Amino acid sequence: MASRRPALSDTGRESAINSGRVIVAGALVLLAFVTLGWRYYSLQIVDYQQFLVQSERNRVRLEAVPPKRGLIYDRKGRLLASNEPSHRLSIVLERVDDLDELLAQLKALVVISEDDIRRFEQRRRRRRPYDPVPLKLQLSDEDMAVLAVNRHQLTGIAIEAQLTRHYPYGDLLSHVVGYVGRINEREAATLDEAAYQGTLHIGKIGLEKRYEALLHGTVGYQNVETNAHGRILRVLDQQPPTDGANLYLYLDVDLQRVAAEALGDQRGAVVALDPKNGGVLALVSNPSFDANLFVNGISRRDYNALRNNPDTPLLNRAVQGRYPPGSTVKPMLGLAGLEMGLVTAETMIPDPGWYSLPGDSRRYRDWILRIRGTGHADEVNLQMAIAQSCDVYYYDLAREMGIDRMADALAPFGFGAPTGIDITSEKAGILPSSEWKQRAMGQPWYPGETLSAGIGQGYMLATPLQLAQATVALANRGESFTPSVVRRIGNKQVGGLPREPVAASEDHWATVIAGMVDVVHNRRGTAHAIAGGLNYTIAGKTGTSQVIGIAQDEEYDEDTIAERHRNHGWFIAFAPVDAPSIVVAVLAENGGGSSAAYPVARQVIDQWLLAGAVDG
Amino acid sequence: MADYAHYLPDAERDLRSRSSLAQLLHIDVFLLLPLLVLMLGGLVVLYSASDESWTTVIRQLRNMAVALVGMAIAAQIKPETYCRWAPALYLVGLVLLAAVPVVGVKAMGAQRWLSLGFVRFQPSELMKLAMPLMVAWWFAREGIPPRPMSLAVALLLVLLPAALIVIQPDLGTSLLVAASGLFVVFMAGISGWYIAAAVLMLVASLWPAWMFMLKDYQKQRVLTLLDPEADKLGAGWNIIQSKTAIGSGGWTGKGWLAGTQSHLDFLPESQTDFIIAVLAEEFGLRGVLTLLLIYLLIIGRGLWISLTAQTLYGRLLASAITLTFFVYVFVNIGMVAGILPVVGVPLPLISFGGTSMVTLLLGFGVLMAISTERRIITR
Repeated sequence: MASRRPALSDTGRESAINSGRVIVAGALVLLAFVTLGWRYYSLQIVDYQQFLVQSERNRVRLEAVPPKRGLIYDRKGRLLASNEPSHRLSIVLERVDDLDELLAQLKALVVISEDDIRRFEQRRRRRRPYDPVPLKLQLSDEDMAVLAVNRHQLTGIAIEAQLTRHYPYGDLLSHVVGYVGRINEREAATLDEAAYQGTLHIGKIGLEKRYEALLHGTVGYQNVETNAHGRILRVLDQQPPTDGANLYLYLDVDLQRVAAEALGDQRGAVVALDPKNGGVLALVSNPSFDANLFVNGISRRDYNALRNNPDTPLLNRAVQGRYPPGSTVKPMLGLAGLEMGLVTAETMIPDPGWYSLPGDSRRYRDWILRIRGTGHADEVNLQMAIAQSCDVYYYDLAREMGIDRMADALAPFGFGAPTGIDITSEKAGILPSSEWKQRAMGQPWYPGETLSAGIGQGYMLATPLQLAQATVALANRGESFTPSVVRRIGNKQVGGLPREPVAASEDHWATVIAGMVDVVHNRRGTAHAIAGGLNYTIAGKTGTSQVIGIAQDEEYDEDTIAERHRNHGWFIAFAPVDAPSIVVAVLAENGGGSSAAYPVARQVIDQWLLAGAVDG
Repeated sequence: MADYAHYLPDAERDLRSRSSLAQLLHIDVFLLLPLLVLMLGGLVVLYSASDESWTTVIRQLRNMAVALVGMAIAAQIKPETYCRWAPALYLVGLVLLAAVPVVGVKAMGAQRWLSLGFVRFQPSELMKLAMPLMVAWWFAREGIPPRPMSLAVALLLVLLPAALIVIQPDLGTSLLVAASGLFVVFMAGISGWYIAAAVLMLVASLWPAWMFMLKDYQKQRVLTLLDPEADKLGAGWNIIQSKTAIGSGGWTGKGWLAGTQSHLDFLPESQTDFIIAVLAEEFGLRGVLTLLLIYLLIIGRGLWISLTAQTLYGRLLASAITLTFFVYVFVNIGMVAGILPVVGVPLPLISFGGTSMVTLLLGFGVLMAISTERRIITR
């Protein structure tokens, strides 16, 4: 040791060197600490506001609180469209490191279809990165459990509770209430994005679409504190949403069910209106479909099955189906004849069973000719002509009236224009006139066509709803209302909106209605078959409309003709005659004739008048 | 003394007994006090950073107890004993480091651990202590200022373990271990020209190092430092969130347990490497400055011990240990604030973890040994 550290003076020198270095080191340390202090000063004092905002933005998220969709009740308070709690799986993109990997992880846990992914990609484009983007709706209990267990490995997922539309009556009311479905891209493009924050569904058809604005309500907002994984920890403040308004309908589920069951497998439609206010008591279109299929996106398979079904279940026959009204127009035309002075109640028309225009050899047959080989009687008056649906009487009347006056007379009953009912997709039908034909077909009107029009054949087309609407005017002797499914929105009365009444003298109404009563109650009435056991009076009118033109000398043989070429059967009715409380129009599509329709009407009216369905 | 005792009879006894107790235990009170304050404060911050987990706090308390016992034991050993055993310890460390690639345990993509059956430990931690002991031993033997040959040997002593750690790979630890040796070289009084030349070489080697030596994740860390916004959710996330936590604390802070960044999981590694962001968020700049002051007191005391040490070995060792401690503090606080690249360095004595706590307090034990040796001799 001594040799290596030879002198004391060296120790002193070592000490001096070392002390100098310690002082230098101390200075450097001080400098470093000043640097650190300066850095923290600049972060915490100079840029304080900026970082404070950033940390708030990290933590606090403005979130839409979707309103609860309004409920729909029938006239007796039964829930027709409800909101059921369900859970959905969403992804907060901002928190996800590797989306593909997360999706792969999720696919291993729960069933995620290609459709789900596709919709997710669509939604993703119009969301902000910190908004949860729904991936899978309607999680099952098992899904929930599996996700809960694996939650810690799945950064960026969110399980959101929500309410989903449910239609407890399945297919019974689909053509009235309609359904909601997921907002598609086309709708999203036109939608007020702010108002639909947090809402995934929108009314697609029926009441759900017509009253969308009221059913939807007003979106609310809340500031929520979230952690880094996007989980909401607490609500800081909120502006609650205003829930959508409830709809209270005129419709009676019991009556609806009776009407649907009365139709059974028969394609067709039943519309029952309250003549006192135009309220829709029942509106059936058969066949129907389960509205619940559409709520969360119908599968391609289900949709194709519905779309390709030859019975067209998606067609709402009651408001979209257009059929020649056939003889159901006879009461209205008869009234017009009386009002125009072309006939009186006493006018008798000879009825050989056929009719021909002067100077024309073509014979226009009465339907009875095929059955009896002769006319209804030697001579026929208006009341008989209605009761027995005499075509010859109407050929003559039509010829005298002419097509344009006929159109003018039928228009006030609501033909040729939408009735304005509060469900979607209503069709106007066709009320032909010479002017119409020129416009639509570029052809003049031929006199023979007037005769066909006189018995509701030819170009004229009407929906079952239009016929029910016209029957209201008959039942009320002129007065009618815009048909309305909804009676009340929240506490606000809607419906019962009067239309321009059909003007006619009391006597003329009485004559026509007497004829309609005879349809059921007279032994020779065309719907006498339903008169058995009636303890109230029904006024009605049958109708049979041809689907294909039958050549002049050809016989119409129900057995040999293809089912889809068979005649449509109609029946319109109201009861009781003295104080009508229900109007019914029944269409039996390819039912062969009105005998497929009037038993349905009888059951519906029975239900309404006898089964205690009437209320205030 | 006796004269004063006449007027203040209790004072002398107090002074004598206190100092004698501390002397007896080889404890440097001026070092111990700020250390204890720091550790207690650290527990308070850790309680918040761990989302009020008593389990974590108690485990950390146990780490501290073990480390304090280690420190007390280390303080009892005479500096000359350290000097004598330094080469052996260094050799053991070297052998263990060399063994790591052969029999080591892999964790998180790097082979840094040795398993002794009951405990796993990183030989690089041992080297953090062995390195300054060894280099100080060398210069104590060779005398200072160093001659070129002894300087070359010293640099070899520094570079050998550093190289072994680099290949684990653990660039950050390697640099820190190398630094602890280089501090001794600096303290030994090498010429300013050498230092200037070294700095020049370092700068010149930056480009080739970037091109050929640094791995992608290491480059990423540097890039992130320069522009954390470039990859907000990836590499930049940590640094953006920690800066947000610090900045949003302001002067007074959001209050204990009220830091949103840490409590809502935005801040990563909030109990370990990034714990100062929790402190900054909840206690504000006031808290940060207080922390810096306490660190400064400890470092100042360490340098004082170095200045007043009785032997060259003690002086070199004390300053090396102190400056190494300083580097940990500076690197951690600097990286969390975004002025240094993110390397895995915990905040000394505050971050959760046993290994670094034990290593650091063993170092302070050695400091106390040096400090109390002086007093005993003075007496």
